Amino acid sequence: MHHAWIRVGRALRAALLCALALLFLVPFYLLVRNGLATEADITAPDWTFFPRHVQWSNLTEVFTDPSLPLGHALLNSTLIALSTTLGTVLLASLAGYGLARIPYRGAGVVFSAILGTLMVPAAVTFVPSFVLVSSLGWISTLRGLVIPTLFSAFACFIFRQYFLGFPRELEDAARVDGLGYWRTYWRIVVPNSRPVFAAVSTIVFIGAWNAFLWPLVIGQDQEAWTVQVALSTFTTAQNLNLHELFVAAAVSIAPLVVVFLLLQRYIVAGVERSGIDD
Amino acid sequence: MTAPTAEALPDGQGARGAAERRRRTPGAGFFGPQRRSLWFWIFVGPFALGLALFTYVPLAWSVYLSFFDAHNTVTPTDFVGLGNYTSMLTDGAFLSSLGTFALFTLFIVPATYALSLALAVMVNRLRVAQAFFRSVFFLPTACSYVVAALIWKLSLFSGVRFGLANTVLGWFGADQTAWLSTTHPPWYWLVIVTVRLWLQAGFYMILFLAGLQRISPQLYEAAAVDGARPGWQTFRHITFPQLRATSVAVVLLLVINAFQAFDEFYNLLSDARGYPPYARPPLVYLYYTALGREQNLGLGSAGAVILALIIAVATVVQARWLGLGRKED
Repeated sequence: MHHAWIRVGRALRAALLCALALLFLVPFYLLVRNGLATEADITAPDWTFFPRHVQWSNLTEVFTDPSLPLGHALLNSTLIALSTTLGTVLLASLAGYGLARIPYRGAGVVFSAILGTLMVPAAVTFVPSFVLVSSLGWISTLRGLVIPTLFSAFACFIFRQYFLGFPRELEDAARVDGLGYWRTYWRIVVPNSRPVFAAVSTIVFIGAWNAFLWPLVIGQDQEAWTVQVALSTFTTAQNLNLHELFVAAAVSIAPLVVVFLLLQRYIVAGVERSGIDD
Repeated sequence: MTAPTAEALPDGQGARGAAERRRRTPGAGFFGPQRRSLWFWIFVGPFALGLALFTYVPLAWSVYLSFFDAHNTVTPTDFVGLGNYTSMLTDGAFLSSLGTFALFTLFIVPATYALSLALAVMVNRLRVAQAFFRSVFFLPTACSYVVAALIWKLSLFSGVRFGLANTVLGWFGADQTAWLSTTHPPWYWLVIVTVRLWLQAGFYMILFLAGLQRISPQLYEAAAVDGARPGWQTFRHITFPQLRATSVAVVLLLVINAFQAFDEFYNLLSDARGYPPYARPPLVYLYYTALGREQNLGLGSAGAVILALIIAVATVVQARWLGLGRKED
């Protein structure tokens, strides 16, 4: 009797999980369905689960439509996301290592000042940051879109926590071989820390690719639009065909979904390592 | 050596360092490892400088601007004292943006908390296909708010007949609903809250899964010996209390993120005619005040300072109240 109930409970739980999983996939399904349909199919009064005519030409149409600068926006997003990732990881890992491993009297104060910025989220400072960037003349430039976002206290914190637990014997051996801090860092520490670099890089890349408020404020000219700003402009203006908008959105998240699925274990490790919950 | 750095240096490092120094001093140049403060700043300097320049300087500048009448200028001369603050705090639109935030938090924090915890508990107990389900629930994290808002606005909760929600309700004979423009009842909240719920539930599920895996199996064995039934009783007396630290962190992050909400509100609600007068959270309000047609940077800066103060105070109070860092017993 008792056993039977447990089995019923387990089956119910499995059914509930499957239902939730399907619900979670509905938005992705809509993206693909509408992205590959004709305009008439999308707006048809009776719902079809799959488009009556799968229109693969949507994929090429969206890149050739002159009113939607998708190719250029994708290029901007790629440049911005790659340079943001590279810069953030370089700066934050060096700082994290210095804070974790180089004894210095003021290190505690510096670390508190860095953590303090977490209390003032970047989004709240977007007005003053906009003021600063515009007075530097960086509006609608790659510099303005990238440089102010390179200093992530969050990434620095993750690196510091990781380097605190880095096996000291390896560094000591390097020291005995006559390597200073700089060469120890590049020859011993970095090559032996690939998982944490992978984790932070992936998280930063996804964040930079998906960022919206900062690119919206700074990338004002169409030349400087990221893919998010381009999509948003057409979502809110509603002057574009639906099938084009959906296929553009699908194209914009496809590379990310691939990266995400391939590197998921690093992301999970990074989220867990953030140590905020400890 | 001061206390904060001491934690970074486990046992005996000081003594070892001194011995090393003696051994190395002869022949070590300007950049030798004994120049610790120099090396510290080579590693930390660029990051610290940039962070100061792009966080502390704008904040300070913003405080300065907030005391001036700064329309369209960042070097104002017209000092107005606390004028911007008083007009901000008496502005009905600003106050109602704080009300919008409060209401949004009231919906999104409990909803995300409950859903992500439930997902974590269910996924954690799976013996098959655990990785698959984890991926499915985590996958929306890769999606941007812009793309999600696009799907919600133009397909899922589209106000016209071919929207999915209206289609499904139509099968049951219900009328079409203009989800985003109906204010009585305020259906737009359903659209706004479900976007964020879908996007972030998987992220918090991962945090809870990590927390669940840290609970010692012996606790469950002991509970079983004591006669606790698996299921609700075990969850209430073992799992939930053991997740206390994770819960505190999750609630803090949820509130901070809700406070910064902008992307989904902007993309769901604004259209060719502009942004409707309702459902404007603080950042949307600030965006239109500081960067809208008037470019009132003084007023916008005052708003930013007020918001920064609110979030700092709220974080500290919440951390105290929820007992962040308190030892689990």
